[in-house]
Amino acid sequence: MSQYLVLIYDNEAAWANAPEGTAQRIMAGHQQFGAANGGSIQGGNALQPTGTATSIRHDSSGEVTVTDGPFAETKEALGGYYLIETADLDAAIAVAKQIPVVAGGVEVRPIMVFD
Amino acid sequence: MEAAAAVAAAHRREWAFVLAATVRVTRDLDIAEECVQDAYERALRSWERAGVPERPGAWLTTVARRRALDLRRRDATFTRSLALLVEPPFADEDPQDVPDDRLRLIFTCCHPALDPSAQIALTLRLVCGLRTSEVARAFLVSEPAMAARLTRAKKKIAAARIPYRVPSAEELPERVAAVLTTVHLVFTTGHTAPAGGQLVREDLIEHAIDLARMLHALLPADREVAGLLSLMLLTNARSPARTTPDGELVLLADQDRSRWDRDAIAEGLALLPVPPAGRFALMAAIAAAHSGAPSFEDTPWPAIVALYEALECAWPSPVVALNRAAAVGFAHGPQAGLAALDALDAEPALATYGYLAAARADFLSRLGRAGEARAAYEEALLLTENAVERDFLERRLAAL
Repeated sequence: MSQYLVLIYDNEAAWANAPEGTAQRIMAGHQQFGAANGGSIQGGNALQPTGTATSIRHDSSGEVTVTDGPFAETKEALGGYYLIETADLDAAIAVAKQIPVVAGGVEVRPIMVFD
Repeated sequence: MEAAAAVAAAHRREWAFVLAATVRVTRDLDIAEECVQDAYERALRSWERAGVPERPGAWLTTVARRRALDLRRRDATFTRSLALLVEPPFADEDPQDVPDDRLRLIFTCCHPALDPSAQIALTLRLVCGLRTSEVARAFLVSEPAMAARLTRAKKKIAAARIPYRVPSAEELPERVAAVLTTVHLVFTTGHTAPAGGQLVREDLIEHAIDLARMLHALLPADREVAGLLSLMLLTNARSPARTTPDGELVLLADQDRSRWDRDAIAEGLALLPVPPAGRFALMAAIAAAHSGAPSFEDTPWPAIVALYEALECAWPSPVVALNRAAAVGFAHGPQAGLAALDALDAEPALATYGYLAAARADFLSRLGRAGEARAAYEEALLLTENAVERDFLERRLAAL
């Protein structure tokens, strides 16, 4: 079995402008996803919007700068994640395909194993 | 047969089988590659001395797997220290009775989680057995760059745990389509080299056709596999007439059809799925319609337009739309063709595609609108990098 972090990227503007009932629909979708994949899901959370993010960068001289905003400004921002455990990448993709989004998608990243 | 020739033949015919069977033992693509390379080197020495074995593939498989088992015993930690391929547990089989794992190998190489350029490179390296330097030459990149691309892809297979298996029946059509797209790209890269002085790269065309033959043998009921093999045979059958002895491009309209390879056409026609439904089967049906026409004037253009329309539904693409528009021009005259091309002007994917301007130039010149035709040929020239194609466009421009 392997662990994967599934990062949910969604368009915050699309979320903000979505028709009424969208949030409820997505939330119901997550509940359905959780019920269907309980065996694989190890954890997960939704994140506050990128307006609440703070980035801390280290440059080559050791200088540390703290700035307002997410690490990378993109149309689709990281909005939440699941930690899942599956047999292989194909099984992880099959799980990740079921995650509901408004106008974005998900990224599947294998968890590094140190032994 | 001389040993060196027998090794070369076994390399072309058996490489994928030997490697796929060895991966079962190593569960690591790099180590399997090394063991198989080693087996081919031993074959050269051994076959010179003792003669060519009756079943070269079985001999090579046995030697490569024995070497893999030696490595595994010598380094008992190796199975623990590597991220191994994910696969169903195997019993230690009798090496004389090795199951055919070539499908596992090609589905792993063409996994959609890999970059398309990496899928092609892996397929040529692992399934066709090309050296890294040869794969690099095929795609006009340096050998270190290609080696890095291959290493990155193999690392992803291991780290992300891309499974070494044939996909489930449910996923199969989509995954077969990905494999066929890769094989078709090898073919089109060979059929019109993206840049450079040579129009055709025979070696890539041969590898693509060999791959499709292998897939057809392993998946005989798949109509798209048969369609792709048919398409490539029918297209390649025209290649003797496609360039002059000096290497100049000859348009379909001007080709000497007696030079087409009739055996390849017969083989392609026999493979053609009836009725054609998928992307490659429809493309093959279009190629078949050209193959059957005794002259360009006798081409069944209305049928070809209908096939392009079906292809646009099965596999929407701006390039298909362009081909359909060009066929409309031959079916219903240059004015109708021009109108069909105009409808594609807003298509961003075609804005930098030289064939759109070249098709427009051809219709304009047939309508006697030489000034506009000249401008369109000049635009096509700006967008074309292949030297043989540029030369062709320049000749058309000069003839206006």
